[in-house]
Amino acid sequence: MFELSFIWAGIIAFAVLTYVILDGFDLGIGILFPTAKSERDKATMMNSIAPIWDGNETWLVMGGGGLFAVFPLAYAVIMPALYMPIILMLLALIFRGVAFEYRWRTERWKPVWDAAFFGGSIMAAFMQGIALGALVQGIEVADRAYAGGWWDWLTAFSILTGVAVVVGYALLGATWLILKTEGPLQNQMQRYAWWLAAGTLGFIGVVSIMTPFQDPIYFQRWFNLPGSILSVLMPGAVLAAAFSLFSGLSAGKDGQPFLSALSLFVLCFVGIGISFYPNIVPPGLTIAEAAAPDASLKFALVGTVVLVPLILAYTAYAYWVFRGKIDPEEGYH
Amino acid sequence: MFDTMTAETLARMQFAFTVSFHIIFPAFSIGLASYLAVLNGLWLKTRDETYLTLFNYWKKIFAVAFGMGVVSGIVMSYQFGTNWSVFSDKTGPVLGPLMAYEVLSAFFLEAGFLGIMLFGRERVGDKLHMFATAMVAFGTLMSATWILSVNSWMQTPAGYSMNELGQFVPEDWWQIVFNPSFPYRLVHMVLAAYLTTALVVSGVGGLHLLRDREDAPARRMFSMAMWMLVVVAPLQIFAGDAHGLNTLEHQPAKVMAMEGHYDSHPDGAPLILFGIPNPEEKRIDYAIEIPKLSSLILKHHWDAPLAGLDTIPDEDEPPVMIVFWSFRVMVGLGFAMLGLGAWSLWRRAKGKLYADRWLHRTAILMGPMGFVAVLAGWITTEVGRQPFTVYGLLRTSDSLAPVAAPAVAASLIAFIVVYFFIFGAGTFYLLRMMNKPAGTVRLGLRDAPVRAAGITPIQETHPDDAHGVKGD
Ligand code: HDD
Ligand code: HEM
Ligand code: HEM
Repeated sequence: MFELSFIWAGIIAFAVLTYVILDGFDLGIGILFPTAKSERDKATMMNSIAPIWDGNETWLVMGGGGLFAVFPLAYAVIMPALYMPIILMLLALIFRGVAFEYRWRTERWKPVWDAAFFGGSIMAAFMQGIALGALVQGIEVADRAYAGGWWDWLTAFSILTGVAVVVGYALLGATWLILKTEGPLQNQMQRYAWWLAAGTLGFIGVVSIMTPFQDPIYFQRWFNLPGSILSVLMPGAVLAAAFSLFSGLSAGKDGQPFLSALSLFVLCFVGIGISFYPNIVPPGLTIAEAAAPDASLKFALVGTVVLVPLILAYTAYAYWVFRGKIDPEEGYH
Repeated sequence: MFDTMTAETLARMQFAFTVSFHIIFPAFSIGLASYLAVLNGLWLKTRDETYLTLFNYWKKIFAVAFGMGVVSGIVMSYQFGTNWSVFSDKTGPVLGPLMAYEVLSAFFLEAGFLGIMLFGRERVGDKLHMFATAMVAFGTLMSATWILSVNSWMQTPAGYSMNELGQFVPEDWWQIVFNPSFPYRLVHMVLAAYLTTALVVSGVGGLHLLRDREDAPARRMFSMAMWMLVVVAPLQIFAGDAHGLNTLEHQPAKVMAMEGHYDSHPDGAPLILFGIPNPEEKRIDYAIEIPKLSSLILKHHWDAPLAGLDTIPDEDEPPVMIVFWSFRVMVGLGFAMLGLGAWSLWRRAKGKLYADRWLHRTAILMGPMGFVAVLAGWITTEVGRQPFTVYGLLRTSDSLAPVAAPAVAASLIAFIVVYFFIFGAGTFYLLRMMNKPAGTVRLGLRDAPVRAAGITPIQETHPDDAHGVKGD
């Protein structure tokens, strides 16, 4: 039988993954924003996500709020440990979030909000990558609290993961635009996607090689059962996704590059999962230790089981309503 | 400036600062979302263009305010962990699931349907668009419900026990969610949001009536908002009174601070209208008071005894000065709103609702007062809970995260700078939109379809909009 806490670890992981791929492509569009060649392209890029970005970002709240609900100890340890990157990410999200509305409200300050959109997006992506790297390195815990200093998160490794996430999100953004646009903008993104895909794969390689050096335990998890089964499959799966991505790009397919890029992210996420399990905060805190009492897990689970499928359904519906290529002539609200 | 302060003081300032900014937007968007649903419903029912004009006008204002609410709210959901991690660890098992329900049943709902409400009328048709609009409104109310349940539990904890790790653990979810102060707080806050919105709408209506008495949308919104005020202001005073009685039962020290009762009054306590709390001497200087009225309000008897802060150990006393004043600001504004409603009723009866310029001017002046009352109310509530985060059980000083003071000082400064810049700009855009009459086709750079059905949009007069119209 599965423990409730493991079901919940799965749900939180699902929320975080959903966040990463959904907000990943919309942060990616922010990162690519300065490459737009005209006001028309800018409008197209922004309008391709304007109706959905808020929903995408809500998964971040779900990740944080969910952690507070079911793994309060993990939440209480991670947040102070990653104090600076989290605060910087939140501030960055403010800048990019308001840009969606503000840039249509002023001509004089439009460049300011365009810069806010770009700067906020790239900063948020970078900080998320840093947070990931810092988590992989491990967080010092004593007496149910964070026991390290307030600069521990900043290392060469976390900067590496930060840059990796920026490049990866840009890839998601570029492939999303290939899906949603046509003409010169689409061509431009197809060109970028090649480079971004190569970069992303390079970073996946480097980070994968460096990860075991952060903590030898990761090594064992990859080379002992059941992890070893996946470590045999993983490189093959990554190569297959990469192949599908490049062949989709050279065949000029609309959707295939985006889906392949998403699957790369899913695979990386599974990889991180293997490294972490059964910890929720490496190196010391396990899923079972951090979990709230069963009464809390059960109460929250009831609603989750009912509401998450509903949420997925109406989110999918919203994507469906705004399907197809973006017409920049179609008005803003 | 911040280098001499403790991490605790800084974290409290940061929390107070960020949450005070956050509440401003929900207070407006909860009310406005409902107003939009009503306007859209009326438009579909009557096909009276004025309603559609108003819907489109307030929708754009809503979009900006809502965006600000979202980004400031995301900050809040992480602040519990970053700055109050011990609090999070201890209360997570009880409060966490409520917040999770807020995300699942409210935030996703709002966010999921917002896009359709703002951009989708042509794509989904009137019926589904109405549904989406209603879902957004419902989502904002759900959001208020859950978060107020959380907050109320911190004020009047119930349905829990403590485990061996010092965590609060749930015993009875019903008691936790419907804790003793929750129904009062929910009603009071939702009414506050409706009042706040009604005041903004009436202020904007008043402004445009001053410029043009015949402006049809301005007349319609002014009238609707004034009806709202007439109905809701008295309800709010009634709800506030009931809330106060509930607080007296569960958090007597807070009421003592609100009333300025340093001393116990064995035979009837006076109502102190104004005065200056003197915390050193533990008395109210220059008090203007009405004998025995406080006992009458709180105990419904002239001579009922009321205990004062002298019965509370010093280390458990909330700061009197802040609570005493913020409470008076809120109550004063509540009566001012009642007055404005009554005045409008009288002018309406005389057929002068759209003609009385002083009424319109006053409405403009009162426009922002809902926000002031909401903030004052929350300051009363939250500062009155001090020195605890979970009333009587968990001290604020024991809730703090192990983050060094310089880190908190840096983040606090960053929040102050960014919030004033970002929300200052947003407020400016909101005011500029409100300054344009509701009939304006283009409130911003590209509001209407750029060349819908061959109609050339009417050129805006504002310099900002004059260029960039073509081709965007
Ligand atoms: C438009 C806003 C508004 C107006 C006009 C009023 N209030 Fe209020 N009040 C609030 C908005 C608010 C609030 C922001 O919604 C608070 C803060 C927390 C809460 O539950 O409601 C609040 C709190 C609050 C509390 C504190 C309860 C507690 O902390 O336990 C009391 C006793 C009152 N109110 C009483 C009143 C009275 C007697 C009013 C009569 C004029 C009044 N309020 C007008
Ligand atoms: C949205 C309107 C709110 C406003 C304007 C507000 C205002 C404040 C203020 C002024 C303080 C500082 C009190 C002091 O240090 O003396 C504070 C503290 C706090 N409030 Fe609120 N509050 C609001 C809502 C909430 C809600 C809904 C919650 C819970 C879910 C909450 C939880 C807290 C916590 C944890 C603290 C920090 C600890 C403390 O200093 O008490 N607040 N708030
Ligand atoms: C400390 C307490 C609070 C936290 C942690 C919090 C958290 C949040 C978060 C994360 C969002 C963004 C949701 C999204 O992504 O769509 C949000 C928005 C919102 N919050 Fe809060 N909130 C708090 C206090 C309040 C209070 C007191 C109310 C109202 C009574 C409220 C009502 C809303 C509403 C209606 C929204 C939708 C956005 C908007 O209306 O502008 N929140 N909040």
